Amino acid sequence: MTITTTEAPARTRTRPRRTKGRGGGQALRTIGLYVFAVLVGLGVWQLLAMKYGPSLVASPSQTLSAARELAADGTLGNSVIASSRRILIGWGLGVVVGAPVGLLIGQIRIVRLLLEPYTEFFRFIPPVAFVTLAVVWLGIGESSKVVLIFYTAVFIVTLNTSAGVMAVNESKLRAAASLGASRSQILRRVVLPSTVPYILTGARLAMGNSFLTIVSAEIVAAQVGLGSLIWTSRNYGRIDWVFVGIITLGILGLVYDRILRVIAMRVLRRYGAAV
Amino acid sequence: MAEAMKGIEKETVENAVAVTTVAAPTRTEPTAGRGAALRVEQAGISFGDFRAVQGIDLDIPAGEFLCLLGPSGCGKSTLLSAMAGFIEVSEGSLTADGAPVRGPDPELGMVFQSSEVLFDWMTVHQNVTFGPRMRGVSRAEQNRVADEFLGLVGLRHCADRYPGQLSGGMRQRVQIARVLANEPGVVLMDEPFGALDAQTRQVLQQETARIWEASGCTVVFVTHDIDEAILLADRVAVMTAGPAASIKSLYTVDLPRPRDESDPAALRLRNKLREDIGEEVRKAMRDQGLDDQLDREAKGA
Repeated sequence: MTITTTEAPARTRTRPRRTKGRGGGQALRTIGLYVFAVLVGLGVWQLLAMKYGPSLVASPSQTLSAARELAADGTLGNSVIASSRRILIGWGLGVVVGAPVGLLIGQIRIVRLLLEPYTEFFRFIPPVAFVTLAVVWLGIGESSKVVLIFYTAVFIVTLNTSAGVMAVNESKLRAAASLGASRSQILRRVVLPSTVPYILTGARLAMGNSFLTIVSAEIVAAQVGLGSLIWTSRNYGRIDWVFVGIITLGILGLVYDRILRVIAMRVLRRYGAAV
Repeated sequence: MAEAMKGIEKETVENAVAVTTVAAPTRTEPTAGRGAALRVEQAGISFGDFRAVQGIDLDIPAGEFLCLLGPSGCGKSTLLSAMAGFIEVSEGSLTADGAPVRGPDPELGMVFQSSEVLFDWMTVHQNVTFGPRMRGVSRAEQNRVADEFLGLVGLRHCADRYPGQLSGGMRQRVQIARVLANEPGVVLMDEPFGALDAQTRQVLQQETARIWEASGCTVVFVTHDIDEAILLADRVAVMTAGPAASIKSLYTVDLPRPRDESDPAALRLRNKLREDIGEEVRKAMRDQGLDDQLDREAKGA
């Protein structure tokens, strides 16, 4: 039912792409292909729902009405806000701490040697492994979740930043020194700007991983949040709510990544050929 | 001096006394007089067990334009890096105006072969004023410096552009302006035009000669291009093939400026330099186990 109604606008979109031809049609063509891919996915989803029934797979239309229901009583909105808040605080702290630490690791040998054993050790331990400890140590409040997200983000940003520092063209550093820049001037004026693209990449990767972590962080004792929505829905046997949680998570992640990407492009254009 | 020998004076390194007595070419009036004298005595540079250069003796008077010429991989750039203070000499001594070179110094400016050393996130203006800015000079002074040195390399109209928007030749001009903006006593140039096309290179060589004469600083210019050396240098130091390279011979290029490539004396000098370097290249190839037969045939030997 829903599929036939969503197909109609798609057709009007694909048609001008064909008539318009090469030049300006490129963007329309891209959008058309995206829409097509999404429609195929929705179709497959619908077929699976019809085959396995609503107790296993909620159909697109069931998911949509469940989303309306959850949105109406505020659950969906609150979940999005709660999860976003945790992700943004944890991820933000991760970037704010990870970038300077990465700079120091990359720039100062002693710091690198002192911290490397820890970065090399902890990056193999997934945040899920710390869920229990986080709750035991920090309680069931916000801090346990934020710390888990922070843990996820900080290593990625640190490792990317230090890799960026070590990739700075040696001649650039020599040139700066030869032009009379002091060590700290070189760090601030040359190393940091050269590393910005790497920090941004690290931040983007960390954002993706924060979304992976948020669900496990909210498994235990979270009242609201998309992760907790998914987990509590299971207890009520509401598969359609689970679907709503998952799809919202995906859309939210996509939106955040797009925003980061736009910011990154703006900044990178300024930092130009550094990448 | 006999007319036939005009312009060419060969000194062998064994004749160290003669080397040190070569005065700055008489033809140049020491213009601004801010050049610094570089003195290299029995200098050697090793990396671990690897000996890159050894037994280098060079006395470069203030205001001289010296070309270091040699086969690729002979350690010219290594020697230049030591002069810039990027690496330390393992033996012997290296002094600028009597003071030992202990590290990078704005007095010893370096123009690199690759223009990647420009700061891509800064405008041309910001690149050129980087040195003065690090010293904390006033904004007005920075603007004056940018205006003067961008004018010198003919890039005043590009002040607000980013290096990524410039051609290779323009980027090298920016590099030169950035070094000169520090008003160094010595400008070290490491094959600065090696990556440029022939036309651009020629223009920049002429500009280099003009800028050097205007600024009065000492220049040490590394190249493997014989014509470039003849066009620019007061003296040409030919290096032997590495490892453990040293100075093979020193030539004084006493030809009027601007240089004329078709001057018979220039042609004679070119042949001599070519002979000297060819010898070293062949030696290097033999050392690497390469047959130099083809090379000799190509030269018509």
